[in-house]
Amino acid sequence: MDKDLYRRPDGATHPANLSPEYKSTPGRAPRQPAIVLPHTLSEITGPLLETERLDALENDLTRQRSGEPLGERIVVHGRVLDENGKAIPRAIVEIWQCNAAGRYHHPGDQHDAPLDPNFYGGGRVRADGDGRYQFITIKPGAYPWKNHHNAWRPAHIHFSLFGPAFATRLITQMYFPQDPLLAFDPIYNSVPAGARERLQAAFDMESTRPEWALAYRFDIVLRGRNATPMEN
Amino acid sequence: MPQLTPSQTIGPFYWGTVVKAYRADLAPPGVSGERIEVALVLHDAQGAIVPDGLFEIWQANSHGRYNHPDDRRNLPLDAGFEGYGRASTDTDGCSRFATVKPGRVPWPQGGMQAPHINISIFARGLLNRVATRLYFDGDPANAEDPVLKMVDPARRPTLLARKDGKGAWRLPIHLGGANETVFFDI
Repeated sequence: MDKDLYRRPDGATHPANLSPEYKSTPGRAPRQPAIVLPHTLSEITGPLLETERLDALENDLTRQRSGEPLGERIVVHGRVLDENGKAIPRAIVEIWQCNAAGRYHHPGDQHDAPLDPNFYGGGRVRADGDGRYQFITIKPGAYPWKNHHNAWRPAHIHFSLFGPAFATRLITQMYFPQDPLLAFDPIYNSVPAGARERLQAAFDMESTRPEWALAYRFDIVLRGRNATPMEN
Repeated sequence: MPQLTPSQTIGPFYWGTVVKAYRADLAPPGVSGERIEVALVLHDAQGAIVPDGLFEIWQANSHGRYNHPDDRRNLPLDAGFEGYGRASTDTDGCSRFATVKPGRVPWPQGGMQAPHINISIFARGLLNRVATRLYFDGDPANAEDPVLKMVDPARRPTLLARKDGKGAWRLPIHLGGANETVFFDI
């Protein structure tokens, strides 16, 4: 497997699919070991979405409806990189989140908290040539989720990235630094210690907008290429 | 060097943004190849359907060419065919795609792979993307496909889509249980 184009994650990065503290996993986690595939054209290619048209306001979740949403306005920004430190240019970054009260604009969310007609909670942006992206949004609230007694999800924003290949696809969640709920969250803690901390954004004083918004920085690192390129 | 970002579940409430990039019809008029419909049905370990999952597919065009700069072979690209699809499962656990049958692509150590569609599965309760492939039952190329050869013959049928009563290539995908689908570590 040393000729694979993309480096394989070590065992200390991703969560185990079977993480029983998160009670939805036992019924859905595959039990048979996945068969390790050598990287062929099917794995090293993937959707680049170069023709996907994004509207200018898709990265500003506070301006997608007729009025301003309630809550604490924040800037969330960062870079999309690979493990070699190389920027992934023009990557599409997709996010979704609940509103400031902890309620998703989704028919399946029955949490007893108000919907905000001015907040739908979905955004997309295309990173620039250096992999830089930015969203303006509202700080999401915590919400209860019935996984166990008095279970609360820490505030989080879902992120979806494609990267350059089918092999680099990643969906993850960004958390806020030093959130006291992190210690109790089975989804965050499904990630091995030493790696889960990478899911916490950094408070970014430099990028705050005086009199307007606080800022958080969240860099996303996708799989990088091995040093020796595969010969096709 | 920066360290890899860990994966997390897509969760149940991903509609907010992901629907904007839904692509159930991959092949607009003019794209060459045999038109097919693909129906992927997601089941949990108990066999129950999963109505809150998301499928993504990635495939070569009918000439066996991926629309990607790392596929440098001199084969035709089809205007308007990217080869990427995305659709959430419906109340029957099913995602349907209209596309063309992919051509064959090479195996790095020589020979060709049988026509296949690469599949990503996301759902609440899945902390990582799980990946599998769809092959076409009855395709003579399956007998020499290097990936199918890596799979225990008893489990190979979990990768073989069959034509349903409406002519769609239907592949039930079982996340667990006695009929657990073969998944790949890519």
